[in-house]
Amino acid sequence: MGEQLAQYLASGLVVGGIYALIGLGFVIVYGVTRIVNFAQGEFVMLGALGMVTLTARGYGVGTAFVVSLLAVATVGALLERVAVRPLRRAPALAVLILTIGASIALRGAALLSWGTDPLAVPAFSAGPPLVVGGAVVVRQGVWVLAVAASVFAALWWFFNRTYAGTAVRACAVNPRAASLMGIRVDRVSLLAWTLSGALGATAGAVIAPITYATYDMGLMLGLKGFVAAVLGGLASPPAAIAGGFALGVLESLAAGLVSSAYKDAVAFVVLIAVCLAQVAGWLPWRVAQES
Amino acid sequence: MAARQRVMVLLGAAVVLAALPWVVHSRYVLAALVFIALNALAAVGLSLVMGFAGQVSLGQAAFFAVGAYVSGVLTATYGCNGWLAVVIAVAAGALTAAAIGLPIFRLSGLLLAMATLGFGIIVYYVLVNWAAVTGGPSGLTGVPPLTVGAFRFDSDARMLWLAGGALLGVLWLAGNLVDSRIGRALRAVHGSEAAAAAAGIDTARLKLGVFTLAGAITALAGALYAHYLTFINPSPFGFAYSVELVVMVVLGGVASLWGAVLGAAVIVALVETLRAALPLVSASHGAAEYEIALFGVILMLFMIFLPTGLVGLARRPA
Amino acid sequence: MHLLLMLLIAALMIGGAQARADAQEPYRIGAVFSITGPGSSLGIPERDTALMLEADINARGGIKGPDGRLHPLKIVIYDDASDETKAVLAAKKLIDEDKVTAIVGTTLSGTSLAILDTVQKAEVPLISCAAAAKIVEPAAERKWVFKTPQSDHLIVGVLVDYLKAKGLTRVAWLNVDYAFGQLGWVEFEKAAQTAGLSIPVNEKFGQKDVDMTAQLTRVKAAAPQAVVVWSIPPSASIATRNYADLGLKMPMFQSHGVGNKKFVELAGPAANGVMFPAGKLLVAEQLADNDPQKAVLLAYARDFEARYGPRNTFGGHAWDAVQLAVRGIERAGIDRAGVRAAIESTRNFVGISGVFDFSPTDHNGLDRRAAMMIQVVDGQWKTAK
Repeated sequence: MGEQLAQYLASGLVVGGIYALIGLGFVIVYGVTRIVNFAQGEFVMLGALGMVTLTARGYGVGTAFVVSLLAVATVGALLERVAVRPLRRAPALAVLILTIGASIALRGAALLSWGTDPLAVPAFSAGPPLVVGGAVVVRQGVWVLAVAASVFAALWWFFNRTYAGTAVRACAVNPRAASLMGIRVDRVSLLAWTLSGALGATAGAVIAPITYATYDMGLMLGLKGFVAAVLGGLASPPAAIAGGFALGVLESLAAGLVSSAYKDAVAFVVLIAVCLAQVAGWLPWRVAQES
Repeated sequence: MAARQRVMVLLGAAVVLAALPWVVHSRYVLAALVFIALNALAAVGLSLVMGFAGQVSLGQAAFFAVGAYVSGVLTATYGCNGWLAVVIAVAAGALTAAAIGLPIFRLSGLLLAMATLGFGIIVYYVLVNWAAVTGGPSGLTGVPPLTVGAFRFDSDARMLWLAGGALLGVLWLAGNLVDSRIGRALRAVHGSEAAAAAAGIDTARLKLGVFTLAGAITALAGALYAHYLTFINPSPFGFAYSVELVVMVVLGGVASLWGAVLGAAVIVALVETLRAALPLVSASHGAAEYEIALFGVILMLFMIFLPTGLVGLARRPA
Repeated sequence: MHLLLMLLIAALMIGGAQARADAQEPYRIGAVFSITGPGSSLGIPERDTALMLEADINARGGIKGPDGRLHPLKIVIYDDASDETKAVLAAKKLIDEDKVTAIVGTTLSGTSLAILDTVQKAEVPLISCAAAAKIVEPAAERKWVFKTPQSDHLIVGVLVDYLKAKGLTRVAWLNVDYAFGQLGWVEFEKAAQTAGLSIPVNEKFGQKDVDMTAQLTRVKAAAPQAVVVWSIPPSASIATRNYADLGLKMPMFQSHGVGNKKFVELAGPAANGVMFPAGKLLVAEQLADNDPQKAVLLAYARDFEARYGPRNTFGGHAWDAVQLAVRGIERAGIDRAGVRAAIESTRNFVGISGVFDFSPTDHNGLDRRAAMMIQVVDGQWKTAK
């Protein structure tokens, strides 16, 4: 039983790392612009499919990763400039539908470019799975955790030790005050979307060897990443990270210990439970701070 | 819209509806109209929640499913009378909405939306897994059409009358509601919840009431859908459909009942138009794959240029 | 002057009518496939096969109708996006606007079940490419509906027979929670009980799940003699890789859903040794020369592989369906009832999915000989021993 538990934990942490990366994307965009970006999952999908094409062309994994990242980050930036900025005075619902439209359009474009079949991506390093404390972890799983950890560290450094990052935090707290302090809020918005594109692409690139890349992989992953972000309050990156890992482990434990039938439902039961706990005042933190 | 005006418009629509099957003979077009009517019915329910109570519900498909399954299972498995089953289905929709609404309506804004999202998906999973009752993922065949004596609502034309009639009836009721004291209170809540509460309105109870009504209306649409298709399975009732309903309401124009109808019509028509138009443009078999991308782009364009919805076009000040 | 004009117009009209009678009216077959959505990996080869047949038949001049003349063939194909509502609208459009004589498809069981009512009311023959037995049962209520894929009942039966023959009586089961998986489970549970197999563990996973190690860990703990996974790629491939990664050594069986090269490509070396029941298309070259299907299978495989890529049993279902419709039209022209009767009386039709023998009580027409156990050996298909 101990071995089983270890396995559930290990698998859950790997998947949780992915949810955390995706959740971060949501948090960064929401923090600065108060928009929930429905297309976040599609950034993940594009990152994964980008890896497919680039590795198939013969580029090494490292190069493919960087190029894919930059490409999807550009997509995020373009989306912000072309679609989101014109609607900055529109009602929030219109922007929501806009991001939904964007996610559909991106999915359709991916379908046209890559077809419907799932596509394989080579793992970052070859070799048999590792055994850690009775649990089997594939090498790519270790990569997922390593990359996630590096990203979290890099983001921490960015938000706390650079001007740009501090500007982003300032906008998240109070955009008006930030602009009064001389921060160009529209530039920060662009940065936020670009960053979240890069984060999504990272998640996609690193998980594609495990899950394969499909044009519609963004839907479920995006939704789960969103739940992870909400768990953490949708306004705090570290909390989103914790939320992601928590969700991954919870899902794995539920599937292993209770019933695999409702595994996907776990995420959403947790979501509702958190919302209700908030109402009852049981949470030590506030979910979804609204300005 | 004044009460008398509304009645005139609805009566006019009823006349058109009655005459339609004699003018339009294509079962395909009639079927498309039935789906528009059913979607519009579901969207009107959602529009009340979104436009008048000002809350986003991302799980409305769940009520559609509840309506379809309650009515479907009662008639197909238990041989219940069709109309009774529909009534029970509507009540089930209302009860479910009230049950969910009670705890979550103390939330607001984004949290409420997320809770409805979670709930909608959970209902879907219950439908998929409770195979003994729902038939699981492969669904339930043999749902009988509704009948009145020897008259069976089993053709596209007759279902159009039924669904269209239900839609018009609901529009009349909802229109009256919007104009009543309750409607004004709702608009107050939409404008500013804090102010409304300060004015003595029990905002939580009001929102719950609207949510319950919306659940009932959407469940009605679901029940009619089951008796039209005579087959139900969970796959049309997932998160994607909840999103589609939200899109319909926003596209048509939130805070407008006719907007919801318009939005439903546009979405169904758009999909069918793309299906018809694409093979003409692209003779190759790649036509179907373009539909998704085009749909998304068109949706984005709609929002960029018409953020207040189609109804906003008519309402724009000169 | 006016009289002259009227005579001229009358002459033109009559002349035009005459010309129309001379030009051969194309025979129209409708098709509804899931070209997008979860069913697309099945629907695309079906569509490709239909287009291929259309081109081949027209290259020969068309279909020879009961009037002795050759008519061009037009197959009108719509995508239902794996959605029930879209399938219903597509079917109605084919019937009312495109005025097709028969409909081929749909790809998935849910969409086929959704259009049953439409085709029965409109009295248009439907030849489904979906697997659920419910599509053609009860036969008394399915007068206008036929199907070409082997039933789950049949496929699972072949698997259970093999398990029993190999002495594997303690079998764990996992299925995808989509209709395909659920139907497989229903059949397997019944068949296993009859055959005396025990099922210590049965688990489910989602279509879009990225990790099945939790479920497989439970399976490992139950120590079965064999494991059956009932799904299609990509989840089938992920489960296969998880299986190998966790070090599970017992033989792994899967469903006919993995009968395509994609599965092998994605699962990599982990797929080696996987066995599954399927139609004979994948191992056509290894069949005995006196197998009645061999020639037809080889011809289709070569034709398809030359134009589209690796062969696929789902494309085969569409081949059978279109051929049946064509043969019906050869005998009855555009008379829908006549086409229906022609299909129902088809005997000994050598198709891709098997040799069909239709009757008023059997609108599927296949028996156990239509499927066999196939094994993946070093990325190739081999008949399982």
